[in-house]
Amino acid sequence: MIKNIGSKIASWIDERYNLEPLRNLIKHKKVPAHRYSIWYYMGGVTLFLFFVQLLTGILLLLYYRPGEDSAYESVRFIVTEVKFGWLIRNVHSWSANLLVLFAFIHMFSVFFSKAYKKPRELTWVTGFILLVLTLAFGFSGYLLPWNELAFFATKVGTDIVGVVPIIGEPLKMILRGGEDVTGATLSRFFGIHVAILPAIFTVFLVAHLFFIQQQGMHEPEKFKNLPENKKKYIPFFPDFALKDLLFWVVVFNILIFLALYFPWELGNKADAFAPAPEGIKPEWYFMFMFHTLKLLPAHILFIEGELFGILIFGVAAVIWMLIPFIKIKQKHGWKIQPLTLIGILVVFFIAVMTIIGYLV
Amino acid sequence: MKIDRRKFLNSLLGIGGIGGIISVFYPIISYLIPPKTTEPKVSSIKAGLSAEFPTNSSKIIKFGRQPVILIKTEDNEYKALAATCTHLDCIVQYKNDTKQIWCACHNGIFDLNGRNISGPPPRPLEEYEVKIVKDEIVITKAG
Ligand code: HEM
Ligand code: FES
Repeated sequence: MIKNIGSKIASWIDERYNLEPLRNLIKHKKVPAHRYSIWYYMGGVTLFLFFVQLLTGILLLLYYRPGEDSAYESVRFIVTEVKFGWLIRNVHSWSANLLVLFAFIHMFSVFFSKAYKKPRELTWVTGFILLVLTLAFGFSGYLLPWNELAFFATKVGTDIVGVVPIIGEPLKMILRGGEDVTGATLSRFFGIHVAILPAIFTVFLVAHLFFIQQQGMHEPEKFKNLPENKKKYIPFFPDFALKDLLFWVVVFNILIFLALYFPWELGNKADAFAPAPEGIKPEWYFMFMFHTLKLLPAHILFIEGELFGILIFGVAAVIWMLIPFIKIKQKHGWKIQPLTLIGILVVFFIAVMTIIGYLV
Repeated sequence: MKIDRRKFLNSLLGIGGIGGIISVFYPIISYLIPPKTTEPKVSSIKAGLSAEFPTNSSKIIKFGRQPVILIKTEDNEYKALAATCTHLDCIVQYKNDTKQIWCACHNGIFDLNGRNISGPPPRPLEEYEVKIVKDEIVITKAG
């Protein structure tokens, strides 16, 4: 009965809009199966977590009230009074962290499998921009509860921008909505977090997914060189999609576990006239940058330490974004490709700086 | 002749286009930069009674919109310094064990005269004058 109605609706639509291309796509889309197939799931999980952010974010919006005198109070109201408010907030906070984590894992897996090479240069570039936007989501969202830690994290984070010559000061003013971090900053960050970033993010996400759909999954060198009959594929529908779904369910369970047993702290309300609390630390995904800046002396050559640090990070980020367009010749006798070596050094640097940051 | 006319029209369009773009973006960029709020000029404030301020302790005082850290040293001397760290804008605190001023954000340390003695801060903290007028602590901006 239901099946009958379903196929009737399908043929009604088909008659008018021609579903043939869609049907072909579903039938023929396939995914290479090999030792490293597991990495194909990282992007999907990142996408899933973004949807979780979207849903929980919209739910939080129903009670959240930006403003120096209302933001902290409204978040406290959400976690203490609203039914399951604590759950929604914990899921939003934890999912934000998992999202950043999986975005990083996804990026490095793509990097080490060389999937950014021609013809996928723009998939890499859009992906990198999505990661930067995700970090911006994290940074702007962090201020919204208007607590002590967030207040100082935002002071430091926006003050760093001011270090850049010429454009730094105006940019800092634009971000802060004034000289200092105040309620004006909170209003701006709120707008950035819930309107500007979601809009920009959606554009790049659509482009990213469109490129992937057009080109299909990247095949590693070894797999590509196999004789045709040795290459194994699995159909996207239903095999890969179901595996994707399974992984989403696993991550979802981890997320709920974290949200239930490790509630996100709200801390003390921000006070512009209280010292920065002892042991203040940024979110873990900014730790490697934070700690690097901490280690730099006040002056390097003729410029301030931060300026030096921020310039190096800025240049490194641009190079990293443009990696598909950079060719380095492999020297004879080298066992490892130079870019792979650079990637390993980058991961090593991030890992070591993060760990040291937490130890000291 | 025809080409010239086309060229002419194209450059007219180009100039008009650029003008159009500027007339859209100029107001938007200007809008983004917050207007300067005129701060009420504060030149001195009272910070409570000297007798009520414990030795070897500190508190943060609102000097207009600026936080100022007021310290009563071990020898009952007063020091008032801008509490905003010269590194990246955090608010500093007095450590009564080491008798130094400490910034928790990146471990910056200043001495009691506000000089940056270790860590990333590039400049000393600005000093304020402290006077005791009839047992009341009065802080004034130096200079
Ligand atoms: C990549 C996606 C996103 C990330 C990484 C992210 C991250 C964050 C973070 C870290 C917080 C602070 C959590 C806390 O300490 O309470 C936050 C708060 C918030 N976010 Fe998001 N967010 C994302 C997307 C969204 C979206 C799409 C919306 C809505 C349109 C949204 C709405 C909110 C609201 C209203 C708050 C304040 C409530 C609160 O602080 O609990 N977020 N976000
Ligand atoms: S802000 Fe004070 S040491 Fe960095």
